[in-house]
Amino acid sequence: MRVIAAMSGGVDSAVAAALAVGAGHEVTGVHLALSPDRQTLRSGARGCCSVEDANDARRVADELGIPFYVWDLADRFREDVVDDFVAEYAAGRTPNPCLRCNEKIKFSALLDRARALGFDAVVTGHHARLADGELRRSVDAAKDQSYVLGVLTADQLAGALFPLGSMTKDRVREIAAERGYAVATKPDSHDICFIPDGDTRGFLARRLGAAPGPVVDAATGRTVGEHAGTHGFTIGQRRGLGIEVGDQRPRFVLGIEPVTRTVTVGTAEQAGIDEVVTAAPTWGGAEPELPFLAQVQLRAHGAAVPCEVSATEDGGLRLALSDRQRGVAPGQSAVLYAPDAERGDRVLGQGAVLRAGERQPSIHS
Amino acid sequence: MTYLDHAATTPILPAVLTAMTEQLARFGNASSLHASGRHARRVAEQSRERLAEALGARPSEVLFTGGGTEGDNLAVKGMYWARRTADSRRRRLVVSPAEHHAVLDSVEWLEKHDDAEVTWLRVEPTGRITPEALADALGDGVDVAAASVMWANNEIGAVSDLTALAATAHAVGVPLHTDAVQAVGQLPVDFTATGVDALTMTGHKVGGPMGVGALLLRRDAECTPLLHGGGQERDVRSGTLDVAAIVGLTVATVTSVGERDVRTPRLAALRDRLVAGIVEQVPDADLNGPPLDDVLAGGPGRLPGNAHLSFPGTEGDALLMLLDARGIECSTGSACSAGLARPSHVLLAAGADADRARSSLRFSLGHTSTDADVDAVLAVIAPVVERARRAGTGRR
Repeated sequence: MRVIAAMSGGVDSAVAAALAVGAGHEVTGVHLALSPDRQTLRSGARGCCSVEDANDARRVADELGIPFYVWDLADRFREDVVDDFVAEYAAGRTPNPCLRCNEKIKFSALLDRARALGFDAVVTGHHARLADGELRRSVDAAKDQSYVLGVLTADQLAGALFPLGSMTKDRVREIAAERGYAVATKPDSHDICFIPDGDTRGFLARRLGAAPGPVVDAATGRTVGEHAGTHGFTIGQRRGLGIEVGDQRPRFVLGIEPVTRTVTVGTAEQAGIDEVVTAAPTWGGAEPELPFLAQVQLRAHGAAVPCEVSATEDGGLRLALSDRQRGVAPGQSAVLYAPDAERGDRVLGQGAVLRAGERQPSIHS
Repeated sequence: MTYLDHAATTPILPAVLTAMTEQLARFGNASSLHASGRHARRVAEQSRERLAEALGARPSEVLFTGGGTEGDNLAVKGMYWARRTADSRRRRLVVSPAEHHAVLDSVEWLEKHDDAEVTWLRVEPTGRITPEALADALGDGVDVAAASVMWANNEIGAVSDLTALAATAHAVGVPLHTDAVQAVGQLPVDFTATGVDALTMTGHKVGGPMGVGALLLRRDAECTPLLHGGGQERDVRSGTLDVAAIVGLTVATVTSVGERDVRTPRLAALRDRLVAGIVEQVPDADLNGPPLDDVLAGGPGRLPGNAHLSFPGTEGDALLMLLDARGIECSTGSACSAGLARPSHVLLAAGADADRARSSLRFSLGHTSTDADVDAVLAVIAPVVERARRAGTGRR
């Protein structure tokens, strides 16, 4: 196949490109320039978009003897990922920008362009297994990235190659070291690439401005604190609330109401939910017949929970969870998996969380 | 492989390779007093004389440098510092916005860090700078430290009339620097006859090695050094002379200047056939820069080896990639802005819109170019443009 290797400058995408070359594909390396004001040097272990990162990627491409280009997708990234990130927080939701980037940039803007230019697929260094059109968890459970790929449709998956899904991160670093790549020991990137200092709250405050409001305790109905902006909070958050509640029980964020700028907190019992309602889902393969039993992962590093999936009246999904959960935030993706211990849990599809709460008694129970 | 990127760098001439290899086998520091040093110095000074003669300069006006970027930095910063020190009113630098980044970034650095004020020259739609535009920008000249206008533009091939521009600058007492990196070997370049005060040239655009060039600097020109040390080059530039590189630079320059009368009409004919063939197959392809047959002050108004076209509805870097995959090497502009595609600052300065500036491709012909190279482009250009159009511009 003729493939584009998306090369961030990190060790994963470097090894993915090398494996694609080794598999006999005709590979062209592309580094995506996503930031309008690229820094010369990487700051800390974060970020993937500095000139230094592009040079790291180019260095590997040159060793592989493949063409290498830098494509400027900064405008698309700003509109589809960064602006969306800010707007979601402004609306009281908690977005996942990596998922959005995969959906709109890597497997849309990049894949579309690659296909138009005569390429068959985009190869990336994501840790997930993809074979016969089925997306599954990586063998390295700690590094599994299937959650942020759960939004990809069958057509997008048909244009994707993930060569790293069947190996551990340690093995990836070993391969890079065996090949003598300087990126073999490059630190993993963390957090959000467009917030290189890691201060998400500060980034949002600069974009959204100060918007103070009350913090209300659902356990007592009293106002227990003031905040500088609802964007500093996410559902289920326990630390950094800055409140005085008068008892020893921990409080968690239950709700964020951006119009009245009210943040509601409550006890662990109040924070628990057992039903999630999502927006219209996307499916990574044939649309399953509803209702069905599956597992759902409700945030990037959360555990999967058994659930029953059924349809809502307006085209979304209703997920009845087997165990009560905390910290299920609107805006996050509910990714559905079919458990498969042998070949890896298979991603079925996902829906964006609209709300989470107490299950209404149904006629079946 | 079809190499049509001579404006980026040129294949080394066989005579240069021979001369450099011979010199590399010897050793000696041209500043040493013993026999080895004397020999090295003799070779370096012979080179200086031959280079000066080829470019219409005096040997004492030749300062060997580390290439075009150093020459531009030294001329612009050095003249600014020297002339402002002599008269503190001289804060202004009068510069074309279509210059190479070696000049642009130097003047912007001086503006940001050293109290300079940049006056940008009006650029004709062809990319040329007129004496009238220079005169308007200079005013009475009392507050101007220096002016800089490139002899021939590296992207779109526009030639300016440096003789007229130098006269215009001198009329108000302002020295003029010119970046002649692309002009040497392609156009008649006579330093003394032109009257410019400083001229940058480099080896690797004329079939010589990289990392060596020369700044021609009039004996009466004031220029503060960038590099301090042994003072080897008239105390304006320090550093042990790289004699083998200087030999290579000289052989390349003397050869390209000597063969210019034969080579450039051949290049122009090849270039004309390339452009005509492209426009025949892609009718909306648009030539940027002056007309192919443009004449200026009795000489070519456009670099004979330069073809620069915009292909509406495409991204230049998509075209570049598709041609690269078919063995054709060209460029979207100057190699320094390559890597990350940016709309060409030259086309923007000449008044083009951003889409036109992003959809452009430069083919630059040189001493190794043949009819087969032109045929290779014409065999693939139509399907390549069509495919790039399908990929679109990547923007909404």
